[in-house]
Amino acid sequence: MGTIQPKVVEPVSDELALVHAAKAGDMGAFEELVRRYDRNVFRIAQHITQNREDAEDVVQDAFLKAYQNLPNFQEQSKFYTWLVRIAVNEALMRLRRRRPERMVSLDEDIKTEEDSMPREVADWAPNPEQLYTQGELREILGKTIQGLPPSFRTVFVLRDVEGLSTEETADALDLSIPAVKSRLLRARLQLRERLNKYFRNRAGGDGKK
Amino acid sequence: MTCSDFLKELTDYLDDSMDAQTRAELEDHLQWCHNCYVICNTTKRTIEIYRDSQLYELPDDLRTRLRSAILAKCHSHEGEEHPVTEPSSAASPKLADRRSDTPTK
Repeated sequence: MGTIQPKVVEPVSDELALVHAAKAGDMGAFEELVRRYDRNVFRIAQHITQNREDAEDVVQDAFLKAYQNLPNFQEQSKFYTWLVRIAVNEALMRLRRRRPERMVSLDEDIKTEEDSMPREVADWAPNPEQLYTQGELREILGKTIQGLPPSFRTVFVLRDVEGLSTEETADALDLSIPAVKSRLLRARLQLRERLNKYFRNRAGGDGKK
Repeated sequence: MTCSDFLKELTDYLDDSMDAQTRAELEDHLQWCHNCYVICNTTKRTIEIYRDSQLYELPDDLRTRLRSAILAKCHSHEGEEHPVTEPSSAASPKLADRRSDTPTK
């Protein structure tokens, strides 16, 4: 069985030059950094907050904070990893504001492995995403990932959707590598379990179509 | 190797970050365990579907509006600073205990 192929990310060879220029006051260079990463920051923010307006605010605030703190950026990590860290913190802060009744943090939901043990083993249709229109599929995927604890979906989105390495994800979230791996495994297994009812092979059960 | 052992290694297996011997043991397990084969395959598809889904893409008009707002804010806030910790430097108090997090074995 094949492995997951790493996501192809844009080359960052000139990223440092842009950061240096932006630090020196070149607004055009900073604008290029915004252009390069605004889509990623928006996706991450919306995955975490599950709210469009909050995601828009996170994009603005994250880039503003990055701009204001560029002089303090010591280049010990990639600019993008540093930016993701800022964006994740902004997104979690907004999530906490909307859910004051419960503490939202990356430390929550540390349960036993039982919470992710597969309960149902059903094979999927050969091309399950083709059972639905693009709109239906997005709704299913959005609804499904929304059900994950923030700490799990944050690791999943950075690692599997945005293609950060395990080490970069750990850096961005200030988690240990074993903690990233543990949450990633549980996030993947929980998503798989939740998608079963939509994607299972029709011959084997009560799939939608 | 038990199914539980297999599941613990699933993430490293899918990410191809393990030694050849462990990989061979996992693939041997997959040869005869249909349940683990299905779980492995559908987990891989889960990742691929999310990766390819273009969920939460930023529409062009909103992108333009956000970029203008960002640049305007940067201009108007020039000179103000709010320190942001770099990933490899010391963690803020709020985040300090996260490194003690250990995986479930």
